[in-house]
Amino acid sequence: MLPDFNQTVPIDQIGVEERVARFRTRSIKKESKLFALKLALRMVDLTTLEGMDSPGKVRQLCYKALYPHKIDPDIPRVAAICVYPNRVRLAVEILKGSGIHVASVATSFPSGMGTMESRIDEVKYAVDEGADEIDMVISRWAFLKGDYSYVFDEIAMIKEACGPAHLKVILETGELETYENVRKASDIAMYAGADFIKTSTGKISPAATMPVTLVMLYAIRDYYLKTGNKIGMKPAGGIRDAKTALHYLAMVKETLGADWLDPDLFRFGASSLANDLLMQIIKQKTGHYQSPDYFSIG
Amino acid sequence: MSNRLNVLKTCKLYIGGKFSRSESEHYFQAFDKKQKLLANLCRASRKDLRNAIQAARKVQADWGGRTAYNRGQILYRMAEMMEGRRDQFIAELECAAVSRRRAENETDAAIDRLVHYAGWTDKYSALFSSVNPVASPHFNFSIPEPTGVVGIAAPDDYPLVGLISLIAPVIAGGNTCVVLSSEKYGSVACTLAEVIHSSDVPGGVVNVLTGFRADLVPPLATHMDVNAVLSAADDPEQKKNIQENAHINVKRVHLYDGTDWMKDESQSPYYIMDFQEIKTTWHPVGT
Repeated sequence: MLPDFNQTVPIDQIGVEERVARFRTRSIKKESKLFALKLALRMVDLTTLEGMDSPGKVRQLCYKALYPHKIDPDIPRVAAICVYPNRVRLAVEILKGSGIHVASVATSFPSGMGTMESRIDEVKYAVDEGADEIDMVISRWAFLKGDYSYVFDEIAMIKEACGPAHLKVILETGELETYENVRKASDIAMYAGADFIKTSTGKISPAATMPVTLVMLYAIRDYYLKTGNKIGMKPAGGIRDAKTALHYLAMVKETLGADWLDPDLFRFGASSLANDLLMQIIKQKTGHYQSPDYFSIG
Repeated sequence: MSNRLNVLKTCKLYIGGKFSRSESEHYFQAFDKKQKLLANLCRASRKDLRNAIQAARKVQADWGGRTAYNRGQILYRMAEMMEGRRDQFIAELECAAVSRRRAENETDAAIDRLVHYAGWTDKYSALFSSVNPVASPHFNFSIPEPTGVVGIAAPDDYPLVGLISLIAPVIAGGNTCVVLSSEKYGSVACTLAEVIHSSDVPGGVVNVLTGFRADLVPPLATHMDVNAVLSAADDPEQKKNIQENAHINVKRVHLYDGTDWMKDESQSPYYIMDFQEIKTTWHPVGT
């Protein structure tokens, strides 16, 4: 039974922001910190989505995913590599057998302004090339003019085109203007078949913020309580340091419970975050503050 | 009899061009030469040190990339600002440590030292560069380049001229620095930070921390993003610590022992060269 998407779930903006401010004061220390840093690293979708992504650049990123640190074998690998569809085959070849997923953005990323046919073809192409996760964008223009069934239908069609691949639905919260809209878009995406809901493309500012993520986490919780299905969450863009990542983890744990502290249900879409996590892990182990000079770019 | 309450200055740390309290909220007391309480100073923590090093790293490329002429102008501007506060420095030195006469001499020497290094900024490179004869069709030359981020432990004597004599050659050469002030004379370092702040030195080029060196020297010496450490503090234990830990990322270490910073011999372009790396370039030329 679908909810009526014309009804708005009211969001207490002050309440959300105050709750988030509390998460930002959390300080996680010692063994718990090391555990959380490693967990966060396992949740990273190592991402490169630039017009200048040459095969060499993608290859380098894949090697970074395979060999995060030259010495310490105890350091876990990231969850996935996230690339454009024409780089999927290369990533799949390099990452074969490693357990690292290959995610592809599709559906005329980042604007979503392609024709429906071309967007579906792009998804099918990426899946055929070997992507096992698809990050789609919704039509914000349709959502903002109130055409919720258009958005619902496009997500459902793309879910079908995905076949066995997991579907992450990018809401692009930076364009949705209000928390109520974020909540509504989350609900539409989940009821239409999303496996993950994701904040942003990373091409629009603001990208992922903690308040927006909290609103989406509440939507996931309500959906879980109604249907029993666990939907994943992926904040993307703008999360650059380990400290912020740990605040996100505290927020997830206390909003959805420990079940969601798992790369199958929570991801970070980021590129520079991985190196900061690595530096903090090594700092935690050696006691010495680290320098980016000694960590590979990727 | 006036009822007016004196407005006392809160001495703070100087990190990334901002005056901030220690994140640890810890303080310690500094006393004048009659053992009267002079000020409560921030006791910088490891995290303050980390923040300062981050700030220094962030601006190093910009500072090192400026023209030597511009760095010279800015050092000279520092001297101008100090001259304007000459009486304040004399009063502070006299209160904290020394006789009136020595306070005057030391302040003047400190200002002159800045002018000295301001003049050297666009000259040392020419002096220490070389064109090298090689037996192949190459134009081969060597030039000094800044080492990077330098940690400085200030001496316990010469509260002002000692401090200036360490900072000036380091920044004249395009490095940025994090200064651990003397524990006894932290208040002088605080005032110097205000001078730096008001003299066109970009935020983060000089960061000044007050506190206990015992808290700060070990994390400074092990920090992987620090390229060199300079200590003029008379503490064998800490010097040993610096030398032992420097190997982790091969820091350049210089220890200045028992230097009389009042003397004219204690200023020279060789102090600038202590924190320069020589880069040699082989440039093919037609045969």
